[in-house]
Amino acid sequence: MSHEITLTVNGHAHTRTVEARLLLSDFLRHELGLTGTHVGCEHGVCGACTILLDGVPVRSCLTFAVQANGHEIMTVEGLGHDPENLHPLQQSFWESHGLQCGFCTPGFLMTLLPFLQENPDPSEQEIREAISGNLCRCTGYQFIVDAVKLAAQKMGEPQP
Amino acid sequence: MTTKSFGQRIKRNEDPQLLTGRAQFVDDVHIPGMLHVAFKRSDYAHARITGIDLEAAKSMPGVVAVYTAEDLGDFWQPSPLLVPPPPAEHVVFNKRTSGQLARSKVRFVGEAIVMVVAESRYLAEDAAETIIVDYEPLDAVVGLEAALTEDSALVHEDVGSNIGAHVIQRKGDYDTARAQADLVISRRLLYDRGTAAPMETRGVVAHYDHLARHLTVWDSTQAPIPIRNGLAAMFGLSERQVRVIAPFVGGGFGPKVMMFYPEETLVPWAAIKLERPVKWIEDRLENFYAMTHERGQLHDSEIALTKEGKILGVKDVFLHDTGAYIPYGLTVPINTQCTLLGPYVVPHYYTEFKALFTNKTVVTPYRGAGRQHGVFVMERLLDIAAKELGMDPLELRRINFIQPEQFPWCNEIIYQDFTKLTYDSGNYEPVLDKAMRMIGWDEWRQNEQPRLRAEGRKVGIGLVMYVEGTGIGPYEGARVQVETTGKVTIVTGIGTQGQGHYTSFAQIAADALGVPMKDIYISTGDTGQFSWGVGTFASRGAVVAGSAVYSAAQMVREKALKQAAEHLEASEADIELVDGFAQVRGAPGARVPLATLAASANPLRGAVRPGTEPGLEATAYFGPQMGTTASGAHAMIVEVDPETYQLKILKYVVVHDCGPLINPLIVDGQVHGGVAQGIGNAFYEQLIYDETGQLLNASFMDYLLPTSTDVPRMELGHEETPSPLNPLGVKGAGEAGAIPVGPLFAQALEDALIDSGLEILEIPLSPSRLWELVEGGDA
Ligand code: FES
Ligand code: FES
Repeated sequence: MSHEITLTVNGHAHTRTVEARLLLSDFLRHELGLTGTHVGCEHGVCGACTILLDGVPVRSCLTFAVQANGHEIMTVEGLGHDPENLHPLQQSFWESHGLQCGFCTPGFLMTLLPFLQENPDPSEQEIREAISGNLCRCTGYQFIVDAVKLAAQKMGEPQP
Repeated sequence: MTTKSFGQRIKRNEDPQLLTGRAQFVDDVHIPGMLHVAFKRSDYAHARITGIDLEAAKSMPGVVAVYTAEDLGDFWQPSPLLVPPPPAEHVVFNKRTSGQLARSKVRFVGEAIVMVVAESRYLAEDAAETIIVDYEPLDAVVGLEAALTEDSALVHEDVGSNIGAHVIQRKGDYDTARAQADLVISRRLLYDRGTAAPMETRGVVAHYDHLARHLTVWDSTQAPIPIRNGLAAMFGLSERQVRVIAPFVGGGFGPKVMMFYPEETLVPWAAIKLERPVKWIEDRLENFYAMTHERGQLHDSEIALTKEGKILGVKDVFLHDTGAYIPYGLTVPINTQCTLLGPYVVPHYYTEFKALFTNKTVVTPYRGAGRQHGVFVMERLLDIAAKELGMDPLELRRINFIQPEQFPWCNEIIYQDFTKLTYDSGNYEPVLDKAMRMIGWDEWRQNEQPRLRAEGRKVGIGLVMYVEGTGIGPYEGARVQVETTGKVTIVTGIGTQGQGHYTSFAQIAADALGVPMKDIYISTGDTGQFSWGVGTFASRGAVVAGSAVYSAAQMVREKALKQAAEHLEASEADIELVDGFAQVRGAPGARVPLATLAASANPLRGAVRPGTEPGLEATAYFGPQMGTTASGAHAMIVEVDPETYQLKILKYVVVHDCGPLINPLIVDGQVHGGVAQGIGNAFYEQLIYDETGQLLNASFMDYLLPTSTDVPRMELGHEETPSPLNPLGVKGAGEAGAIPVGPLFAQALEDALIDSGLEILEIPLSPSRLWELVEGGDA
């Protein structure tokens, strides 16, 4: 059973006909070619597939593409793509060595973006709780926590 | 370019790509016309296959092909043995490896039986679900001791028992040492199964270009070159007709080295046969069943000491669970045998193991690769001995350390690289002292702990030591080239899974050639770029490939100096390479860009001197005579909740000696990640099999990876004892974080629960297991 859907991804409108069962993660990755969103478990635990749906972090592996009909999606590709001019959150992950293999990273970034908007000055414990739904097997989380602190600092500064 | 980049905390070259979602992982490869694979896998741990009904699957829309073992014809063959058994004193080895698809019998849950190829993954999975396999179930071999009983079922009937291997190694004469001992401690110790669980599962994409007669394979492997060589041989192609690319790989930790996983050969085979590109991406459930596991071992161990606490000898006899097949040889149990001896003088050692076939997923190295089991045995025996002797456990360790002047130290038994286990260098007391200082050992013992205990809190401290054989051979290579733009390219074959090789290798070359980091491009893990090498495992990337990069960069440096001397009419000794220029020292005006030298080394017309090699380029190989030995100590302070037996780690310290650090930021990250995996292994992660061989917790809901609230902040200290075995003096750092965490938990938890008189002889633990041990009478 196919359905026509229209949704906005990173500011661009897309209309596609999709099967009802197509996962949003597969839609983004394979239909739109936005492969920055990663799939680590397909059962809603690892958080690698996290995207923003109308500004709220959502697991795209637990969402059907048809459910995104009429909504606004943001993926990691919408965050900042110029290495010379990264989003302060990306820049902080880079400076703090907040990633190793980088597979989990897009999910962390998309979880953290709204978190930092709501909590501009989080404590270490708050940061750890905010990312406790995202698994990282490489970093032991310490440099991710440091990256979030740095990002909070950078995002608090007046932007040039 | 006056600052040296070796030793600097430099942020990584590869990160912007990863941070912007523009790094290519295997599942990101898209080729028009690509087909997708799903497997029908065994539901039984042990059963005969009596029939397979493919009718429904074959007639489903979008299904292109369905293959069983029979359909593979001559292509069906047991995989090669990756590592032959070592030349130890007594070795029995029964090689049994698996064919690509199970033929008449299945030997573990998740073993592949049928491959379905379809127009989409969704359709392939639909079709796989309709396949009906008829089984005649057999008793499953699950427990290690049970596997050895007379009436046990046999995983491989033709072997006649479940013994995959039997190895005895010895140093000195343990029995005589034991006869002279004042104290002998004997215990049975258990280390259970876990899985590496990289965030990216495995995956393979293959594309055969029939016009160019060229096969390209993208594979999430840690060892692309051996895979290329094997595939070429298997398909009757020249190695130059096959290109294997390990693109960005989302974590490896060991299990992504195999030769081969069935899917690694089936996918290219199907691509050639069907003349279409083919993709298979493992899902998480498959990853739990079909990616290799590690860790099941049962040890009967003893240590003999004098009443002053000097170790006279150790005896260790253990059973190693190798799972249904033994494709990786004996690397894991051999590592266990060798790493057990630790930083201590052990004059007499008897070590014997049997590797047993069971109806469970195959076991191959996972971060630590058997080392943690050995460390667990030794550190537990020392803790128990210290109690019996009434000695301080750290003092007991200290008086048995190998002393700095005793290196190289030979332990005589054979290591995984087939050489006699020899430690190249080390200095253990400063490591212990630093760890004690950083954790605040004396203050804690004297003041803090008594105070907290008086408040009724269950708090404990622990500190354990280990050594780790790293950086083994045989070899790696690298090519370094200054391009005509002045930019530098480095290519190696090893493959990278997040260890930051792009950055550390660039640092090594930046120093040799005086070029900025940003002007260095690295290619690693693409056999189209570099043809020789072995892979990333055993904490060897920085040591072996790093040393090859160093040598090649030095050769290019010499070429550049020579050319610049001619060009600038100066003596070679006066030339320095700075910021992309060769210049005469003290005469900053007299300089020439490396770009110009590179261009003139590659003339398009005219004649060159006979014997001239074109280009500012060199290739070098490095093969160490043996592995380097890193060492370290971990310490922690832990609190146990007396109601729930949940833990809180109040402080965690690692002091690590892996020689000079190329990039401390990267090494710190490696240690952090290793500790997190060690914590999982010690307290959260355990693969649970029932008596029929079903894996009961094959999901992230039930198999608990540590999260950001489980892993504490870690404090790191470094000692730097250089290795004499390579030009950089470096030792490997990849696995150290994970190795000693089990015995550390055991020691600290016993201390926290000291009133209970608990003795911990098993890993992994969990809150409920801890409760059982203390209260449940199941100790
Ligand atoms: S892939 Fe969606 S939560 Fe793991
Ligand atoms: S960086 Fe590899 S999983 Fe997080």
